[in-house]
Amino acid sequence: MTHIPVPPPMSLLAELTHRCPLQCPYCSNPLALDGREHELTTDDWLRVLEQAAELGVLQVHFSGGEPMARRDLPDLVRRAAALGLYTNLITSGVLLTEATLAQLAEAGLDHVQLSFQDVDTAPAETMGGMPGAQEKKLAAARLIVAEGMPLTTNFVIHRGNVGRIGRMLDLAVSLGARRAEIAHTQYYGWGLVNRAALMPSRAQLEEATRAVEDARTRLAGTLAIDYVTPDYYADQPKPCMGGWGRRFVNISPTGHVLPCHAAETIKSVPIPDIRTDSLAAIWADAPLFRLFRGTDWMPEPCRGCDLREQDWGGCRCQALALLGDAAATDPVCTRSPDHARISRILADLPETPPPLVYRRYGNAPG
Amino acid sequence: MTDAPAPPPVAEDTVVRFLRGTRLQHDRVRDQWVIQAPERAFIADPIAAEILRLVDGTRPVAAIIDILAQRFAAPRPVIAHDVLEMIASLAQRQVLTA
Ligand code: SF4
Ligand code: SF4
Repeated sequence: MTHIPVPPPMSLLAELTHRCPLQCPYCSNPLALDGREHELTTDDWLRVLEQAAELGVLQVHFSGGEPMARRDLPDLVRRAAALGLYTNLITSGVLLTEATLAQLAEAGLDHVQLSFQDVDTAPAETMGGMPGAQEKKLAAARLIVAEGMPLTTNFVIHRGNVGRIGRMLDLAVSLGARRAEIAHTQYYGWGLVNRAALMPSRAQLEEATRAVEDARTRLAGTLAIDYVTPDYYADQPKPCMGGWGRRFVNISPTGHVLPCHAAETIKSVPIPDIRTDSLAAIWADAPLFRLFRGTDWMPEPCRGCDLREQDWGGCRCQALALLGDAAATDPVCTRSPDHARISRILADLPETPPPLVYRRYGNAPG
Repeated sequence: MTDAPAPPPVAEDTVVRFLRGTRLQHDRVRDQWVIQAPERAFIADPIAAEILRLVDGTRPVAAIIDILAQRFAAPRPVIAHDVLEMIASLAQRQVLTA
């Protein structure tokens, strides 16, 4: 086999833990949540950071679960910063205090992405399943801005809060955020379980898009807005992770090395493990990474499609979840022979949303 | 960035600096300059890199223009035009601030 050198990843998603005080029903974590006893040690993560920097990773996103549930977070940030990695903390904010923030800032943390479930307290706390969370998040935002740390606020959108996007963005501005992410729920993991309860209608999606466009005009120069749409309503899928094994590498709390956070659902090849192999070797050679890298694996209609290097055939985990075949064209694509499945799912959305299934250890259906 | 209005002009006596959370960094592995910013890293083209390497939070834009005009033995107005345009666009992209 010829060996074309594989360009190194740009970003590492370090999922430090699945523990989290919240229980969002749209959480993108897998249904089988890793327990604390199986988590990588501090030394494991320090080694991962070194290997990542050496390989060519530029940014590390500390995520979870709630990454602040790990006491060694400041040590990991300090090492990453010393290695020249850009350090981003993706947090719910409920564990953040003046003291922990000061520690992280001193360790060299570059940026915080803080998630909100909603702009109003009652629906926010119904979604997050944690009473008192909203006030803690608002306090966290104020501390971050007072520290001078750049802040991005993240709002996950679903049918219940889609009408409040304008006000979410106003909240972001009033808190002093530089950026805001309005991200429709992605239907993997817990989001997929709760799809019927969360998916907006097409009319709601259009309303959401208008609200974002209005705010972009209204807030130009004050707030940069990233907008992530639900791909069920698109004609073409998203370039999931910028293409399989091209830009991102994800490491799970137990050390599984994955091309995307849902890739543990693919059972046809072994899951690479950072405790037994180096990041460079896994990135270049692990069967899981080679499986869908580039365009050689593609079936029709992707194979002959002129958009194949734009969206890379869409999301493998979505093809697996919806069609039972990870190597199929993502069915959200209108060119997919299975696209009717998506139309049917959308047509069958219930008038009244079913009860939410909260993201909790032991709460996964089936 | 398609709907962003044209960036406001920058005066030559302005002292620009990197916004906290952004920096210029040499990417050893790919041998290129990158701008590290919140949740994205983008490649700094050679002109942007030349300019950004002179941004130290004390130098006014005029001094950056002088240095580059000398270094590239180019007419000052030409360099000034490029530098001012680049700085205005980087300010709009939340990389630099006055
Ligand atoms: S989405 Fe909610 S439950 Fe999942 S990690 Fe984030 S805050 Fe925790
Ligand atoms: S056919 Fe494949 S490559 Fe073409 S747009 Fe659809 S998913 Fe993308």
